[in-house]
Amino acid sequence: MNMIPTQRQRLVVVGNGMAGMRTVENLLRLAPQRYDITVFGAEPHPNYDRIALSSVLAGEKTLEEIVINDRGWYAEKGIRLIAGDPVVALDRAARTVTSASGLTLPYDRLLIATGSKPLAPPIPGLGLPGTCAFRDIADVETMITAARTGRRAVVIGGGLLGLEAAWGLKRQGMSVALVHLMPTLLERQLDATAGTLLQRDLDGRGIAFFTNGQTEQILGTERAEGVRLADGREIPADLVVVAIGIRPNIDLARAAGLDVNRGIVVDDGLRTEDPEIFAVGECVEHRGQVFGLVAPLWEQAKICAAQLAGDAAATYVTPPLSTRLKITGVDVFSAGALAAADPADEEITFQDMARGVYRKLVLRSGKVVGVVMYGDVADAAWYFQLLRESTDIAPMRDTLILGRAVTTAASGAAAHDPAAAVAALPETAEICGCNGVCKGTITRTITDLKLTTLEAVRAHTKASASCGSCTGQVEGLLALTLGGDYAGSAGEKPMCKCTPHGHDHVRREILAQQLKSIPAVMQNLGWARPEGCASCRPALNYYLLCAWPGEYEDDARSRFVNERMHANIQKDGTYSVIPRMWGGVTNAKELRAIADVVERYGIPTVKVTGGQRIDLLGVRREQLPDVWRDLNAAGMVSGHGYGKALRTVKTCVGSEWCRFGTQDSTAMGVALERMTWGSWHPHKVKLAVSGCPRNCAEATVKDFGVIAVESGWELHVGGNAGIHLRGTELLCKVTTPEEVLEHCGAFLQLYREEARYLERTAPWVERVGLAHVKARVVADAESRRALHERFLHAQRFAQKDPWAERAAGADAGAFSTLVPAE
Amino acid sequence: MDAVVVDKAGWMEICGMEDIPRQGARVVATATHGDVAVFRALDDAVFALEDRCPHKGGPLSQGIVHGHAVTCPLHNWVIDLASGEAAAPDKGCARHIPVRVEGGRVLLAAAVRR
Repeated sequence: MNMIPTQRQRLVVVGNGMAGMRTVENLLRLAPQRYDITVFGAEPHPNYDRIALSSVLAGEKTLEEIVINDRGWYAEKGIRLIAGDPVVALDRAARTVTSASGLTLPYDRLLIATGSKPLAPPIPGLGLPGTCAFRDIADVETMITAARTGRRAVVIGGGLLGLEAAWGLKRQGMSVALVHLMPTLLERQLDATAGTLLQRDLDGRGIAFFTNGQTEQILGTERAEGVRLADGREIPADLVVVAIGIRPNIDLARAAGLDVNRGIVVDDGLRTEDPEIFAVGECVEHRGQVFGLVAPLWEQAKICAAQLAGDAAATYVTPPLSTRLKITGVDVFSAGALAAADPADEEITFQDMARGVYRKLVLRSGKVVGVVMYGDVADAAWYFQLLRESTDIAPMRDTLILGRAVTTAASGAAAHDPAAAVAALPETAEICGCNGVCKGTITRTITDLKLTTLEAVRAHTKASASCGSCTGQVEGLLALTLGGDYAGSAGEKPMCKCTPHGHDHVRREILAQQLKSIPAVMQNLGWARPEGCASCRPALNYYLLCAWPGEYEDDARSRFVNERMHANIQKDGTYSVIPRMWGGVTNAKELRAIADVVERYGIPTVKVTGGQRIDLLGVRREQLPDVWRDLNAAGMVSGHGYGKALRTVKTCVGSEWCRFGTQDSTAMGVALERMTWGSWHPHKVKLAVSGCPRNCAEATVKDFGVIAVESGWELHVGGNAGIHLRGTELLCKVTTPEEVLEHCGAFLQLYREEARYLERTAPWVERVGLAHVKARVVADAESRRALHERFLHAQRFAQKDPWAERAAGADAGAFSTLVPAE
Repeated sequence: MDAVVVDKAGWMEICGMEDIPRQGARVVATATHGDVAVFRALDDAVFALEDRCPHKGGPLSQGIVHGHAVTCPLHNWVIDLASGEAAAPDKGCARHIPVRVEGGRVLLAAAVRR
């Protein structure tokens, strides 16, 4: 075209998914002025990365993070987006499409990108509330909601989708069973050995497998209650996810009389039998093949865009395909043939079952035609390159299976370390399989655009922007290209110098991988220093304690001195002792016992604290067990004034004495303290209860503050009177003391589970937003009850007076000094 | 307290290995060095330092032990257990005292507090 058309042609795109919109993106680059573009989408969302739904379900990404193009992008490009209104009719004679809402638009060119539908087997009960597929945002929202209220999930289907769904639900805290029709998992991508290893690993992570399992019926009448298998076994479930596969969505094309088979039949130019209608993505069938992986979709998008831009010679060829599974910590790769297909084919295998490493190459006429890898996939890109380029492997056959490093060394070249592996790759080596981006493109883009972050490289090249499994290599290229200027990924800040991982990631992995000791965390997450440091060890000890109450054995050696000694160390090495005074109430017997202790042990300073208790300062280490024993004898226990723990519950005298008091704030405070004492937290936690809005107990600068009003109780959260003064925000108002207790337990448990170590409630609430806290603690009664129950469960193990244990002789060596006699 | 043997070379038996927790310490009162912190690392290496941080005198015996280092409980200085030197950028040294293990008994080269 050497003439600028006076009027632009109208391009209508049916389908706002990945293939359709990638075609549009490419088209805008090639011929930005050529078309007026309208996009119809069935889902009410902008264009998002469907592959990353697994990561959303696993809690690794948010929905916002997987949006590819937001609505602003459509506006900026002059594209009309009609989301949430699927096209239901196509009139080829009139060249119009009509949407569900009745909107009819004319087109000059039409692009069908309707994707696929989940396969729905004819199982009775499918469609009941509590059943869903794993295909779109709505499904993921259903699953996450179900995980909040239900405990058990059954996933039907042991393919890529089913496994990722099972893993995501597991990470959402559900107990998960997976039913698979075949004897081994991922049988289309893995051979039996690798499939068995995969099952063993996922079984170890707590997913129960029912292989050779034919689902006969989904149980339940009002909603799904479980599944029954053909052999009679029944598995109870609150959620049933069916993920057995997809089929091309060809309804519109078939109704319009286009040539369809399994998919919409297209030629090498991605054109349907109607020359003005193109189709791309999972809805098409090309030379008898239909598609479910992303790499060929991107290739189709490229060719189709070129065709639409006027390049009639652009030809689509399906690229060789490779598969990875998006389950953190499970490394699987496969490409090409899974096994020798005829006597001329050969297989080379390597296995180290103890380490969980397995590798198989399928050879035909001296070339690699198949790769299956499990456990260690560092060389996947190299093997895949040998496969794609049909390299003659005869010269390296002896060492080929041992990987690139050994093979390179054996060939006489200098061996290279794994970090340099990416440096050694040729410019044409494909780094990002999802988006078909090769090394040269990435390094050139980094240099030309002066990129310095992973996010920028993703934005400009799309490398690592889909499944993310090549992130390490892309970061390697950044480091290689920028040298010392690369600052590392701009994700969550590392916990400390011992690890690149941030707090949230570590907590997720503790749950996901069921890590139950500090050494297990450090080993599995690759701690740089094998014993950690004084910063990460206390954090890990807390995270493990919070994750596995009653199960995890507290590691005193990873506790800061105060929490190990159950007293507060002072500048001269002596300690302070604060007995608990429930709700700030004391009596003559307690005061007399305190006075006796002060005199008996010569305690130099006695001070009333801001939390309505009495602090005994200057107690020597050796004296502590005796001081505690004497205080215990008068009925007093540890006040935990030394811990990242529940400290005090400050109260005013309330309606019992005060002429303004509206409720018995003192009794409320005592009840709160009885429920919460002994609980460990990311940081110290203080409560207060005021009997009227005059707020004499200063409840609005506490972590959880209660203010009595005539009609009930106002609950306030996230206050802090420390370095940064912050008033509380109102959480909600409740009527009964029982509700106060339940909301308090739920709020504290949410804080315990979500805040980072040494983050007080004030910055935590600011970081996650009050709306989030309200959603979990106020709006969702089920969620509140579940949180409160988890809090009470943990308290069963936490409410032991550490002073009594030590006064009785526990850990005596910590308090005594060795005074050897001659 | 168990009877303690001081041999002619001045080695004083202070306790058994099992009396010191791994990644922990015990305090010994001595005449020559005041309180001494005797550490046992995770790998069962044993070290002894004067129980005073070179910074502000904090009791090193109460710190968190990681590898062959301890973090002072008062202001988080990290002290090397073998040399007593503070890790950069902090500067200072806690005096170290010879210690050895023989047949599961821990021996310290220091005189007893009388």
